[in-house]
Amino acid sequence: MNIHEYQAKEILKAYKVPVPEGYPVFSVDEAVEAAKKLPTDVCVVKAQIHAGGRGKGGGVKIAKTKDDVKGLASEILGMTLITHQTGPAGKKVNKLLIEQGIDIDRELYLGMVLDRGSSQYVMMASTEGGMEIEKVAAETPEKILKVWIDPGVGLQGFKARQLAFGLGLAGKQVGNAVKFMMALYNAFDANDCSIAEINPLVVTKSGDVLALDAKINFDDSALYRHKDILELRDLTEEDPSEVEASKDGLNYIKLDGNVGCMVNGAGLAMATMDIIKLAGGEPANLLDVGGGANVETVRNGFKIILSDKNVKAVLINIFGGIVRCDRVAGGVIEAVNSMDINVPVVVRLEGTNAKEAAVLLQESGMDFIVASDIADAAQKVVAAIN
Amino acid sequence: MSVLLTENTKIVVQGITGSEGSFHTQQMMEYNTKVVAGVTPGKGGQKFNETVPIFNTVKEAAAETGANASVIFVPPPFAADAIMEAAEAGLGLIICITEGIPAKDMVKVYDYIQDKNTHLVGPNCPGVISPGIGKMGIMPAFIHQQGHVGVISRSGTLTYEAVGQLSARNIGQSTCIGIGGDPVIGTRFIDALKLFNEDEDTHAVVMIGEIGGSAEEEAAEWIKANFKKPVVGFIAGQTAPPGRRMGHAGAIISGGQGTAADKMAAMEAAGIHVCKSPADIGKMIEEVL
Repeated sequence: MNIHEYQAKEILKAYKVPVPEGYPVFSVDEAVEAAKKLPTDVCVVKAQIHAGGRGKGGGVKIAKTKDDVKGLASEILGMTLITHQTGPAGKKVNKLLIEQGIDIDRELYLGMVLDRGSSQYVMMASTEGGMEIEKVAAETPEKILKVWIDPGVGLQGFKARQLAFGLGLAGKQVGNAVKFMMALYNAFDANDCSIAEINPLVVTKSGDVLALDAKINFDDSALYRHKDILELRDLTEEDPSEVEASKDGLNYIKLDGNVGCMVNGAGLAMATMDIIKLAGGEPANLLDVGGGANVETVRNGFKIILSDKNVKAVLINIFGGIVRCDRVAGGVIEAVNSMDINVPVVVRLEGTNAKEAAVLLQESGMDFIVASDIADAAQKVVAAIN
Repeated sequence: MSVLLTENTKIVVQGITGSEGSFHTQQMMEYNTKVVAGVTPGKGGQKFNETVPIFNTVKEAAAETGANASVIFVPPPFAADAIMEAAEAGLGLIICITEGIPAKDMVKVYDYIQDKNTHLVGPNCPGVISPGIGKMGIMPAFIHQQGHVGVISRSGTLTYEAVGQLSARNIGQSTCIGIGGDPVIGTRFIDALKLFNEDEDTHAVVMIGEIGGSAEEEAAEWIKANFKKPVVGFIAGQTAPPGRRMGHAGAIISGGQGTAADKMAAMEAAGIHVCKSPADIGKMIEEVL
């Protein structure tokens, strides 16, 4: 789960991670009021959307004086921000963060993430703050310092010091950076984060270390023990059909093609997308109906797939293990009967009770295109569109 | 022969009285799997299906019945604890089916079991089946056939798809291992490959990977240097967009890492027979055997 920058900074602040003073606002008037409370004359106006690259897209502006806040806030609030992470449609800005200006000496990078190779969390730091860290990692990997965190004892001071000295910090900067890292670790650990990125981490001219930006994601599997964090979820930032699907316990990801897919299991769903592409088609989505596919999930799945107006045909690919294919077939027939479906539907059911399912589909008298295997299914659905 | 699950494997089911646990224990027993005990804290002294004794702790279950392996159907909040309990009791094989265990819990589990003499498979996996011997997990037994191809996979139903293609060609399997779709797992591709390398009854291996992480690349490198048998590979998610989690917690392309193209290239460079289409897995094995 993803949250806004201002929410991330509130969480970090609660764990004593130094952040600039700032206030989230929903209107220009509120922005002006917020600026008055700030200790600096220079203020920063920041669009709050769930995507990176806001600065380049024109969503972050510096007000040289408090008088400039009004103009900048009205410019950014309500605009549609397009960045490399929003997709071509962009995202509408509904919230701003009004923050104090910072006297920046150095811009660094600090991040924490799960390293799958070692099955440990890793804290990473780099002198290349403000840059895209993926680019730094690809081009100059030696500029990323890493320490692995022993799960038994947590982040130790000496590892934080390794990073601080590695970044070339000196004097009181070192102590401040170490304190920052320990606090960030505590926030990450206590809230089951999956990623935390402070980019840039700034060192001020007076030697303070603070988070100029903050991005935090949470481990979805751990949200059951963080009710407070669940409340931070902003549904307006998510795809409405994906939100709808998650309510039904379905895993739906919208894509750009025109072949709607309904599959059980994430791996088979991805493989089905792949084979559609190999057959010359483009998948419109990934929809995993999971292990418990039944009449209800199949009907809901259809509803969600067909809510995408790009869908020109539907492919159902189920390999029944515990799921019985005859039940899935029953669900498909009922769904098609009860809904107005006017695109071709290709069905491939394999595994438990596949024969019974084939009989059901045939006897239904409906216009299903029955496929014998996964390759046949992909070819038939692509042919049905053309 | 087979790997992990052999004739000598005696199984305790953790979470045997839950709805998932009881259903799948029934299925496992119908496949003649040696289920010797169950564990549900608080239900010690009862029996499952009037035959399998239930214990409060894994330690007791192992001491009383000689169980040497566990399969876990415990809900996510308690699953990490269940794995560590089985490891502490000295069981040599622990298969965790549970989906949705917090990553932080698994990081602790992974660390905890490092000095224990155990193989953890999963979590979030279909389990392990050695056709003709037994199954520990949720896979449909009837699609399998006894034989000489080892299968290793990060996915569930996609594994069934591959096995279905093998059995349709009368190509049997020695053991099929679902290693799981989470970022932190016990047995990785390399661990499973090492077992198949030593198993005389395994003549070839099917390796099914997914986008995300770099386990397939590492396995490819290891195969190139060490593996003595032909390997057929497939990577799911060739068409997945970056930054989106494709159903499995581990299946995400992040920072340009973990793409299908990279993995397939690494596998091809290691001499693995890579299928572009998931429909070609059975055919490809037939060709290499």
